Amino acid sequence: MTGSRSTLSIYGEKAIELLIRLCGVSAIIFVFAIFFFVFREGAPILASKDFSLGKFLTSTEWYPTSMSNVRFGTLALLAGTLSVTGVAMLIAVPFGLGAAIFVSEFCTGKVREILKIVIELLAAIPSIVWGFIGLTVMNPIIQNLFHVPVGLNVLNAAILLALMSIPVMVSIGEDALKAVPDSYREGALALGATRWQIIWRVLLPAAKNGLLAAVLLGVGRAVGETMAVLMATGHAVQIPHSIFDSCRTLTATIAAELGETREHSPHYQVLFLIGILLFTITFIVNLIADFVVKGVRKK
Amino acid sequence: MVKPKVQVENLRLSYGPREVIHGISFDIEPNEILGIIGPAQSGKTSLLRCINRTIEFTVGAKPSGTIRVDGEDISEMRNVYELRRRVGMVAPLPVGLPLSIYDNVAFAPRAAGMKKKGELDTLVEKCLTQSALWDEVKDRLDSLGTKLSGGQQQRLTIARALSHSPEILCLDEFSIAIDPVTTMRIEDVLKVLKKEVTIILVTNLVQQARRLAARTMFLWNGEIIELGPTEQLFGDKPKDKRTYDYVNGIFG
Repeated sequence: MTGSRSTLSIYGEKAIELLIRLCGVSAIIFVFAIFFFVFREGAPILASKDFSLGKFLTSTEWYPTSMSNVRFGTLALLAGTLSVTGVAMLIAVPFGLGAAIFVSEFCTGKVREILKIVIELLAAIPSIVWGFIGLTVMNPIIQNLFHVPVGLNVLNAAILLALMSIPVMVSIGEDALKAVPDSYREGALALGATRWQIIWRVLLPAAKNGLLAAVLLGVGRAVGETMAVLMATGHAVQIPHSIFDSCRTLTATIAAELGETREHSPHYQVLFLIGILLFTITFIVNLIADFVVKGVRKK
Repeated sequence: MVKPKVQVENLRLSYGPREVIHGISFDIEPNEILGIIGPAQSGKTSLLRCINRTIEFTVGAKPSGTIRVDGEDISEMRNVYELRRRVGMVAPLPVGLPLSIYDNVAFAPRAAGMKKKGELDTLVEKCLTQSALWDEVKDRLDSLGTKLSGGQQQRLTIARALSHSPEILCLDEFSIAIDPVTTMRIEDVLKVLKKEVTIILVTNLVQQARRLAARTMFLWNGEIIELGPTEQLFGDKPKDKRTYDYVNGIFG
């Protein structure tokens, strides 16, 4: 068998295998490389005597440019990120999954094709344009509708983030539902189940891993989004007590301030530390998701 | 003359421009086992799907003609879910729903509104026993139905079809994934069930029709070639020569 192959084709095979292996491993290398470089920029501050990690995580006082008393507390920023993301998910998850179910189960033919194209178009809108909408459209609407003094607040940013993450959820969620074999639908149908019973008792359990992935991609998008939230949150450093309070997020802080800092100054290093914090948040979210999915599988 | 359980009148079915059933009419008596034999693509499965109206699920399928169950036109039935519970269906390839074994069987009763744990337990045990599966799974009712072997899943779908106490049971080549011994066990169950249920048995094993059915229909290319007492079709002189050829394996 092997005797008939030329040496060249054997080496070609090996080379291709190596190439594919490299592609697989590269993802790991990139993740570690990014983590390493961000850490290298931010880590020196940890050793500085003016900086305390406890304060960094628990203080709400963010005065990075104060001459007399520099304070780097990110709790308010963290609260901003979490509250905007949380409210955004409250809006996006029901709408996104609902739309995914609608597109996958209730639409046929033309309506479905058109809907999919429009939803994907929604995903193609640049985030800065969303920011414009938040600033000029949503701002006055929220002011008038709820009679609040400032329309740039948690609600505004959350709605934008929801709209931005819905298309991702819809297309991934729809794929997950489409991957459920038709035989399940027909089986349940033949047992006299209504459409709603089929969706609720068969499709959702069968597609839950994919749907969870859809939601998490949405969360990831929301946590990492910068430009739109920078413009729509009001950018005020405070822990928001209602959805009508302005706030500031971790990402927006980095975007707004990094350009103003001197390289390797404490402020610069703290901003990189915030990057690590963001990294940690998304890592934890993914980890939880992994455990949830595994738990679900075992059952 | 007893009133027929199912009356099919001039049933036609087309998928898009292609007609697959060309106007067939027949009756099914209550509590009989009607065998349906015929080569692939002859419209056997489509016929069954017309009777419980799951055909509506297929895009482009257009049935016409009348099907009556207990004298009532099924196309005028408002509660199609009720109809599907009255007409049980076992598909040729096992369709384990992605639920536990228990939930698979309890699915239809729950969908119909049964909630009491005790009643469900009894029913699940009864159906699994009837489908000759209870002994194999009684200790692991909580594990996934889709993890069972092919033959077990097939019996699970039979249990599921029995769970909503259908008046008519459509079996679409149920033994395709089951070993002969188990097949015989289920066939015995069917003989008992016949007292309560009308059974339509679509099968590729012509001998199975011979063993079970009082009457047999030979369906070919969407037309009834012959419908009559099973002995007649399987005997030396069926009315149509094609029946003889098909049954004796000298077809084509």
